[in-house]
Amino acid sequence: MTRSNDLILRTMTVLIAFILFGFSIYLFFAGHNKPGGGFIGGLMTSAAIVLMYMAYGMEAINKVIPINYRVLTAIGLTIAVATGIGSFIFGEPFLSQTFDYFHFPIFGELELATALLFDLGVYLTVIGVTLTIILTISNDRS
Amino acid sequence: MNQLDGIIDIVAAICMVTITISIALLLYRVVKGPTNPDRAVALDAIGLNLMAIAGLVAILLGTTRLNDVILLIGILLFIGTIALAKYLEKGVIIDREHD
Repeated sequence: MTRSNDLILRTMTVLIAFILFGFSIYLFFAGHNKPGGGFIGGLMTSAAIVLMYMAYGMEAINKVIPINYRVLTAIGLTIAVATGIGSFIFGEPFLSQTFDYFHFPIFGELELATALLFDLGVYLTVIGVTLTIILTISNDRS
Repeated sequence: MNQLDGIIDIVAAICMVTITISIALLLYRVVKGPTNPDRAVALDAIGLNLMAIAGLVAILLGTTRLNDVILLIGILLFIGTIALAKYLEKGVIIDREHD
């Protein structure tokens, strides 16, 4: 097979992957009041990583992002369970949540809810599961 | 202002019909297309028309919540088309060892 020249694809991937990461983070934080949330944010992040894998090949991206995605799934599930168990400390039922208003220097008044931590668990789990499936399938010998 | 809303609704409905016809013709290309690249390009164009339909539905419903959906369709369309193109050209989508 002749070696192909993917210059256009690679240059566009550098730009578009950043836009995708930004959009996924926006979707993750917008999930409280708007469409979005941990699930679709995780899917967008994994779409960006898959795009990088498609453009640069398996070995290069494994060097750039040295993450074991099975461990990432475990971390996400642990965070999601820990936010549920954490409500026992305050004598509340399982998975009960609260929110409060905080003042930050740049952003001003923000409403921070503990549901965001549960969403973070969903986010990491979705990234781990999706990329485990895709990379496992693409790794098999033909 | 009320009259303008009526005009916008009518124009959006006409555009919706036009794009529906366009999707039907592209669907004919997907079914009939002699080669696989024809089908890939036609599916790409169908996704583009789907973005237009999402925008028109957002106009008809008078909501801004569908803007994320339009961006999402565009991104997924791009990634899907690249995956199809890599499969058609090389046979593998993610290269195991590059260069």
